[in-house]
Amino acid sequence: MKSPLPILALLTGALLSFGLYQARVAAPTEQTMGDIQRIFYYHVPSAWVAFLCFTANVLFSIHYLVRRSAKVDALAVSTAEVGVVFCTVVLVTGPLWAKPVWGIWWTWDARLTSTLVLWLIYVSYLVLRRFSTGSQKPVLAAVLAVFGFVDVIFVYMSIRWFRTQHPQPVIGGGEGSGIHPDMLFALLANFAAFLAFALLVVWVRYRLERIRHSLDEFHALAAVRAPEEARSR
Amino acid sequence: MSTLFRVTRATLAKDLRLEWRSKDAFNAMLFFALLVVVIFSFSFEPTAEEARRIAGGLIWVAVLFSTIVALNQAWARELRHQVLDAYRVSPAPANALFLGKTVGNFLFVLAVELLMAPLFIVFYNLRALGPSHQMLYVLALGTWALVVNGTFFAAISLRTRSREVMLPLILFPISIPAVLAMVSATTTILTGEGSARLALTFLAVYDVVFTTVSLLLFESVLHAE
Repeated sequence: MKSPLPILALLTGALLSFGLYQARVAAPTEQTMGDIQRIFYYHVPSAWVAFLCFTANVLFSIHYLVRRSAKVDALAVSTAEVGVVFCTVVLVTGPLWAKPVWGIWWTWDARLTSTLVLWLIYVSYLVLRRFSTGSQKPVLAAVLAVFGFVDVIFVYMSIRWFRTQHPQPVIGGGEGSGIHPDMLFALLANFAAFLAFALLVVWVRYRLERIRHSLDEFHALAAVRAPEEARSR
Repeated sequence: MSTLFRVTRATLAKDLRLEWRSKDAFNAMLFFALLVVVIFSFSFEPTAEEARRIAGGLIWVAVLFSTIVALNQAWARELRHQVLDAYRVSPAPANALFLGKTVGNFLFVLAVELLMAPLFIVFYNLRALGPSHQMLYVLALGTWALVVNGTFFAAISLRTRSREVMLPLILFPISIPAVLAMVSATTTILTGEGSARLALTFLAVYDVVFTTVSLLLFESVLHAE
């Protein structure tokens, strides 16, 4: 069977180029912030994609705890890795935008801090996966994902309540009121492109994980069948 | 229910007895917390006013670090002579083991905190301007928040390579909101500005939610193979 991967990759590439054009050229320049505002077309879609990935990861993790299917675990690890990459993009582009606009790189406001803690939790998830071995790895990782999900709610509330001495930054040109239709179009185009890209990477990563899994199974079976041969390898 | 209670009590009694005879975890934790207090004290050298503002953070960072010392030893004991494997095949409820361990760790950490409190007062010249009896609630609720997640994650990190390094890496990110609430409540009580009620309620809800999640998931962790 021929893989549809090259076609999907080409389509994603075209979508990403279209998004780039929309963000850099087609969207109007913002009045007060100027061209700096254009980072918004990368920052916000990355955040949405990262949150989608993490939500998918939690759903797959819960599904894994109930059904114990190796396929679901492969999906969980793929979405977590891609989510961490997009979340890193969010955390890098955020300060780059904040420095010229707010005058500071970072502030401990609820949304920023929650994103940072979310990133920390998912990095610890990946570290746990790296350091645990064998068949218990998926269970431990899934359990940690559930804890992380419950924790994010607490993180958001705790920062809102206990960190209020910091001024809430005013986000100009946010996704709230009064965004120009062309800007919205550029934003949505980039969101679609990033989402397609993320799905593509998740899919490739998923296939890699499945191949790894069947290779492990093959080696384990081979070791059972021919212990002498396996030892000499 | 009565089986759960009996096995919990047996586990707890065993842990307390072992700790009473060896005092391994307790001494290590106490000395570690003392070192943290001393190092912080001479690296900051705060005035009385500054001390009130930063002591909340320092106390809980010291407790957080020394809790790790105790938690890393909590399950290691069960690995010797395959005690944990024996427990896994026995019909005893998994949650009883978890509850027994958690209550045991809670008592150890609480004892260390009560011994450390006078030292903090001496080194930082602390005098609470708010209602100081509330500090007892903060200690109890905050310690439970650290210990319930800590005991759970220690059981997870037990299954990994280089487990002693693993525990803080997975425990600290999850504990951030609880630590924030504990620090906020302590600072409020010390400076006497505002009320610690919200932070205490938050901690209570955090405790209830994470105890429930731990009890729901502990069996999966214990039997993860």
